[in-house]
Amino acid sequence: MKQLAQQAMDTARLKGARYADIRIIESRSQTVGVKDGVVDALGDSETIGFGVRVLVSNSWGFASSADVTSEEIDRVTALAVEIARASALVPGKPVDLGPPVRSTGTYVTPIRIDPFSVSIEEKVGLLLNADAIVRRNPGVKVSEGRVISVRHRKTFANSEGALFEQTIYECGGAIAATAVSENDIQIRAHPDAFRCQGTGGWEYILDGRFVENAERVASEAVALLSADVCPSKITTLILDSSQLALQIHESCGHPTELDRVYGTEAAFAGRSFLTTDKVGTLQYGSSIVNLTADSVRASGLGTFGWDDEGIPASSTPLVKDGEFKGYLMSRETASQLGLKSNGCMRADGWNRIPLIRMTNVSLEPGTWELEDMIADTDDGVYMETNRSWSIDDMRLNFQFGTQLGYEIKNGKRTRLLRNCTYAGITPEFWNSCDAIGNEKHWKLWGTPNCGKGEPMQVMGTGHGAAPARFRNIRVGVFR
Amino acid sequence: MTFKEIADTILAASPAEQTEVLYRRRNESLTRFANNHIHQNVTETNHEIIVRCVSGSRCGTALSNSTHLDSLKNLPKTAFELAKQQPENPDFKGLPEPAPLRLTNGFDSETANCSPSVRAQGVGTVCRKAAEAGFTAAGSMTTSSMSFGVANSRGVFAECETTMADASTVVMSETSSGWAQASGWKLESVNCEQLAEEAVRKTRLGQNPSLGEPGEYTVILDPYATADLLSTMAVDGMGALAFQEERSWLNGRVGEKVLSSMVTMVDDASDPAGIPVPFDAEGQPKQRVTIVDAGVCRGPVYDSYTAGRQAGAASTGHAIESVTERMGPLPMNLFLLPGTSNVEDMIASTERGLYITRFWYTRTVHPRDVVVTGMTRDGTYIIRNGEIAGAVKSLRFTQSYLTALAGTQAIGRVGKTLWGPGACHVPAIKLERFNFTSSTR
Repeated sequence: MKQLAQQAMDTARLKGARYADIRIIESRSQTVGVKDGVVDALGDSETIGFGVRVLVSNSWGFASSADVTSEEIDRVTALAVEIARASALVPGKPVDLGPPVRSTGTYVTPIRIDPFSVSIEEKVGLLLNADAIVRRNPGVKVSEGRVISVRHRKTFANSEGALFEQTIYECGGAIAATAVSENDIQIRAHPDAFRCQGTGGWEYILDGRFVENAERVASEAVALLSADVCPSKITTLILDSSQLALQIHESCGHPTELDRVYGTEAAFAGRSFLTTDKVGTLQYGSSIVNLTADSVRASGLGTFGWDDEGIPASSTPLVKDGEFKGYLMSRETASQLGLKSNGCMRADGWNRIPLIRMTNVSLEPGTWELEDMIADTDDGVYMETNRSWSIDDMRLNFQFGTQLGYEIKNGKRTRLLRNCTYAGITPEFWNSCDAIGNEKHWKLWGTPNCGKGEPMQVMGTGHGAAPARFRNIRVGVFR
Repeated sequence: MTFKEIADTILAASPAEQTEVLYRRRNESLTRFANNHIHQNVTETNHEIIVRCVSGSRCGTALSNSTHLDSLKNLPKTAFELAKQQPENPDFKGLPEPAPLRLTNGFDSETANCSPSVRAQGVGTVCRKAAEAGFTAAGSMTTSSMSFGVANSRGVFAECETTMADASTVVMSETSSGWAQASGWKLESVNCEQLAEEAVRKTRLGQNPSLGEPGEYTVILDPYATADLLSTMAVDGMGALAFQEERSWLNGRVGEKVLSSMVTMVDDASDPAGIPVPFDAEGQPKQRVTIVDAGVCRGPVYDSYTAGRQAGAASTGHAIESVTERMGPLPMNLFLLPGTSNVEDMIASTERGLYITRFWYTRTVHPRDVVVTGMTRDGTYIIRNGEIAGAVKSLRFTQSYLTALAGTQAIGRVGKTLWGPGACHVPAIKLERFNFTSSTR
């Protein structure tokens, strides 16, 4: 692979590229799904291919192919150069990539159990065991479970001398119960709403304790059908860490992507309210809000050795003591701010160009015990596990729904609530945060389904959070 | 290798009782622009071979993108091993038998052979027109061709070639933005001059917007927003799996008049106004299915699995391939049949309302009633006394699409084909009531 990668760089130079990089990727994924006592999906997928990105003068080109042969490397590299020359027909400003990147070495996700060494029988057995417990509850209409195992082997080279290999393992999964009445549908999932995934081996799945939580998932789904509807009011809101992880993803992660700020996602994913004049001046959140982007935390879905431009994994603050500090960046966008990239360029496969993507964007832990936070709340709502999510193209106006809620009265959880929703405006919401759970309650969640870019890319991102409290939030937004 | 050679190799090597081969070879190119220049320009050549093997009533699936002989021969073995390691599924009645296919034409050689420079010229037109108006443009233009084939050991053999062209842009001023999109299976469906003019016009009209007041409005939806009604309702319940699991809005409503009698929704993959394709992921003929007929709910679409678990049901040719999950059948060629109106008349007949270009980030809050929240985007205009009185900033809505469509007051006579990722063909629509819950400052 290294030879082929080097060949592409030589061809790109010969054809006139002033910069080039190549990623050759072999991927394997295996999915097991069960539903209502039978196997619903059992698939094994293996793909291979490469993508060549070139910069000719100040214009980019990218071409990719599934045929990893010497002849195809030459053809596709030449095609990438031809495409870059076509891009020059509608030219932009000069492109500065900053200092050269010459990363070398190898990286492998630390794993305890290779997920591809675990038998299909064991994977099916785990899910069917949980499924059987869920279906014991006669109120459950649909019971389902799913696990996925992924391995990417990447070879990267660029025309500046970088050449490395990395192998990334991911595992994830969840179980869920759906209960149905004449007028309503209620869902409970564990550990998260079909989105719990991280880098790691099969141990990540075992830590999810699907079987141990199956009965609770079923009984909560059924109980929700007869629960009271979340009241419509302005109140205090406490979010569990998994819902807060998605809140971070949508209202912190996306607006700090610098390509959005510079407008290159304007027609699709959207732009950002965090324009460059706000760095160091905007009080994004209250003084206890600290947000970090890292690609080094164990089990994070944004954890790797190098990003897809060869920048080593790192950790950088986005919000410090509530003040907006910086962005998720690529080499090209960082240089426009006079900075170096913090390594956030990621592609979802060999056939896609790298884009600025979240790594692990997390809310750092605070000092509170969750029970103290509830005891300290006179009137409010506690919400847990995402059910729906929506946010505007500037990442300001959001509305989320959760699977479950509890009313809080006089410092105690009282009645169960269904169809819980809350809404707000990003900086107002984060400035209303007055309590964050401590390290004990902090968990690094994974969001495997973040869509961005054209053609659409689906990326996994990590988000750590502990439960947190927000004041004066509008809840119960629906008809 | 041809699809026939690939299928013959796999079927001959398969140890399974029944075997299915799905093949897709795709060439897709996309030119992306922002700030009035091309910033991303990509092309991809890929193929996927998905093999489904059956042992008893159990299925295993394997996917590869390699056409090497060893890989092709290994695929059915992998899929068969997966099938054997699971309990029987009594709902699975086996792979379907061959059925006569209707020929469709959805291939255009000009689209298949579109060069990077032709796309750059189209994109350049949009950027130039935006710049001439003092605005900036962002967007993309895509051209693709696909060879698609399905074969199985029971005699199904179907193959076709299709093409797709799509361009979209958002044109921006300091205070506003405007959207336009065009899609079709022919490159000539995408007229970049018209695209730019539409988006520039919208941007100009939207300058200096005021803060929109939340509340209930009569709305006039451009086809871009109408498309969201159909695609959300498709996912939330036009497929038989959702219906059988009782999470569909069709549950309890089949035979009932739920929407306005002006509303008829059909799925029709043979209509050249959409993106035609003759068969589904099981090689079954795609049938024209009426899901809502003059406001009356008729029923969902089926694949062979969902048909096999429901007495009296048959596949309508709406299987979706997937290795990772059973998504169930879905309508991928939806049409909202046209009415007799147009946007100008709809505005003129509105005392107080909103004219909305498109919706953004719509998510279902309650699937049974298709209660959806989302934002307006790239052009929201206030109507007073039959005229556009100005623009408002984007608003958030939380609204049952069923209730909204029950109050349909007019449907446009001209439809627009839109891709994203299924095809739909939709006109503008006027709805009596739509509930907006907040605005963005």
